[in-house]
Formats: sequence, structure tokens, C-alpha cells
Amino acid sequence: MSLLSTLLQVASDLAPVAKMGAALGAGIASIGAGIGIGNIGRGALESMARQPESTGDIRSNMIVAAALIEGVAFFAIVVCFLVVFI
Amino acid sequence: MRTFLLSLLFLTGSLLNFASAQTHESPDAASHEAAAPQEEEFNVGNMIIDHIVDSHDWHIATFGHTHVTIPLPVILIDEGKLVVFSSARFHHGLGSYMGYKIETDRKAGRGKIVKVIPGTMETDKTASKPIDLSISKTVVGIFITFIVLLLVFFPVASAYKRNAGHAPKGMQSLLEPLILFVRDDIAEPSIGKHYKKFMPFLLTLFFFIFFSNLIGIFPFFPGGANVTGNISVTMVLALFTFFITSFIANKSYWMHIFNPPGVPWWLKFPLPLLPLIELTGIFIKPFVLMVRLFANISAGHIIVLGFVSLIFIFANMNPALGYGVSPVSVLFSVFISLLELLVAFIQAYVFTMLSALYFGMATEDHGHEHETAHS
Repeated sequence: MSLLSTLLQVASDLAPVAKMGAALGAGIASIGAGIGIGNIGRGALESMARQPESTGDIRSNMIVAAALIEGVAFFAIVVCFLVVFI
Repeated sequence: MRTFLLSLLFLTGSLLNFASAQTHESPDAASHEAAAPQEEEFNVGNMIIDHIVDSHDWHIATFGHTHVTIPLPVILIDEGKLVVFSSARFHHGLGSYMGYKIETDRKAGRGKIVKVIPGTMETDKTASKPIDLSISKTVVGIFITFIVLLLVFFPVASAYKRNAGHAPKGMQSLLEPLILFVRDDIAEPSIGKHYKKFMPFLLTLFFFIFFSNLIGIFPFFPGGANVTGNISVTMVLALFTFFITSFIANKSYWMHIFNPPGVPWWLKFPLPLLPLIELTGIFIKPFVLMVRLFANISAGHIIVLGFVSLIFIFANMNPALGYGVSPVSVLFSVFISLLELLVAFIQAYVFTMLSALYFGMATEDHGHEHETAHS
């Protein structure tokens, strides 16, 4: 019986659960961004090692790709922010 | 040039004087009950949000109960009538003026100007909100960036005329690598032969975003206005890109969207799946530009504010803890601010480069490469 009433209490106001969901979402978004940008870095460093004279070109493209992926991660951050504050 | 700088200095000084003339002691007992409780807990979320959002006055410092702020003009259009007054009449949100007040309820649009029920300080929820065209903090930030751009680029332009054929000197040599970077690494590779038409827009976009980002990192007046961290500002910048792309696009661009060549007929008729996807793509690309810049810059500011508020959180527990965490917090804030310098440049670069890419895609001359697919 007390378990049921505890569950009822939790289910009646889900706002804290929403906040936890937002925090988890932000964490998962960071994992995604980390993996993606790590891949870019790996590819860039490997190519720079193969052909050192194209380091400048590779570096610019790496930064562009990283910024694009970060944009996607920031989408997730903005959504989580909205969940917490709106 | 020197007189211009001197008059600017004079203007800033007089504004600050004006600001200190606006400091008042904490309001009298009558409005105390209306005000928030004296011993307010330090709420990190509220403090951070208050520093990120727009406001109708420019808060510079608070010493005990005196607020040093620069009151900014409030310009409203209410049912056709133009109403202009200084936001000092609002007494930092504690008073109403001419039937308007600044909303203080955090859940109901805090910071916006709403109408009050006459005689009280409560929001009139049934009345229509006036159209707010005020010179708010973000608008002043845009003006400041604009003034800096003018101050920097007019001398550079005249220096180019004077020094034609000679090596660049002074401010010109400082900016020439950036200008050439925009031309040679952003405009020309993305747009191709006709890049010169787009250079004014791309240069303005790049330097506006770059300078706004940098000025936003600077914590003292006239910096710190969070211009590009305001989604309305980035929305306007993205709309510029969107409108220019749509207006200069040539026929093959629209063909590729509504009737992509080389795509099976059953994706276009009876249900135009692929054209719909491409149509949403037209809108999503500027939308992503907007959100990317907004989120990057806002996130940077929030992180710095978070580190600074760490000090206050710990100090609330124990003053000694507050002192102890201060060096760590300041070091982290410095590190994040350095990162923010890099982000300021990278975001300006990415925004400009993607805009140039969209222009290039819109004006691309495909030649006759699709002849075989049309059979």
C-alpha cells in the first residue's frame, strides 16, 4: 500500500523527472558530440601524419566539421534548456 | 579622427555620470512590501538567466542597495499610439508608469512590458501587450558593435586609398590578413567566379559576428551585452542569408529542389516526397545557422557565469569555502574565456562560410552535366 502511495506521489508531479530527463539528455548529447568530434580528430591527425604539407588545409576542414557537429550537439542542449526553464 | 575618439570618450563618460545620477537608495518602506524579500537566497539559475536575457536598462553594478544602471529609452506602440519614455520611470521594476510596468513574474514573461490594472501593480492579463520597439540592452550592444566597425573600417578604407601600391601600415596591416582570409578562404572557393558581388555582405557578416562575440566576452561596459547570444539577433542574420540565397538563386537551383533530375518519378508524383524534403531543407539550413551561433555564444556566457556563481554558492555555505574556491573559479573562468575567444572567431568563420556555401550552391552553373539523366 505504501509503495502505491509513493508511486502516486511521484506520478502526480513529474516536473523533477522532467528535469532529470533534461540533464540526462544533455549528458547523452555530450557523448555524441565527443564521439563525433573525436572521429574527426582521428581522421585529421592520421591524414596529417600521412601528408604533412597539407596540414593547413586539413586543419581548416577539421575545424569546420567540428563546428557543424557541435551545432547539432547544441540543438540538444537548447532543447534540454527549454525543458528545464519553460 | 582624434576628435571623433575624444567625443566618443566624452559621450561614454557623460553616460556613466548620467548612470550614477540614477542610483537611488533602496526604495522606501511603502514599496518594500511590493519588492522581493530582503534576504533573498542566491539563486544561480535566476542570476544566470538575468545576465543572458535582454533588459530595458543596462545594469552596471550594485553596491549594497544602490543600483548603478544606465536607463534606456522605452518606445512602445500601443494601439496605434507612440509612447516614449525613459525606463528610469520603472524604478527597476518596482513602479508602474503611464499604465505600463516591467513584468517581474518569472513564469509569465519576465522583463517584458505589460499593462497594469489601473491603481494597482498587477498585470492586466486581458489587455493586449504593446508593440515593444525599445532601445534595449541588446540594441545598444548592436549600436556599440556598429560604432566599433565604423571606427575600425573607415580608417582602413582610406588607408588603402592612400597606401595604394605600398605595404599596409597600422590598423590596415592588422585587418588585412582577416579580410584576405574572408576573400581567399571563404568567398572565392565557395562561390567561384562571381564572388566579388557577395564580398560586402560576407565581410560585414564576418566582422559583425566576430566583433559582437568579442565585445560580449568583455565583462565591463561597453562590453558584455550578449548580442549574438540573443536568438532574435541571430535569427535576423540567418534571415539575411536566407533572403539573399532565395533572391539570387538561379533556375537550376529551384529545379534541383522541386524537380530534382535523376530522381525516380514516383518520388515526385503523386506525393512529392523529395521536393517536400528539399523544401524543408531550404528552411532548416538558415534555422541551423541561427541556432548554432546562438547556442555557442550563450553557452559560453553561461559557463563563465556558472563558474563565477560557484564562488557565491560555496560562500553561502561557509565564507572560508568561498575564499578557497575563488582562485579555482577565477582560473577556470579565465580558461573558458580564452576558449571563448577561439569560439568567437570559429563561429564567425563557420557562419560566414556556410552563407558563402549557400550562395555558391544557389548560383552554381551546372553546365551540361545532367544532359544524360534527362533522357
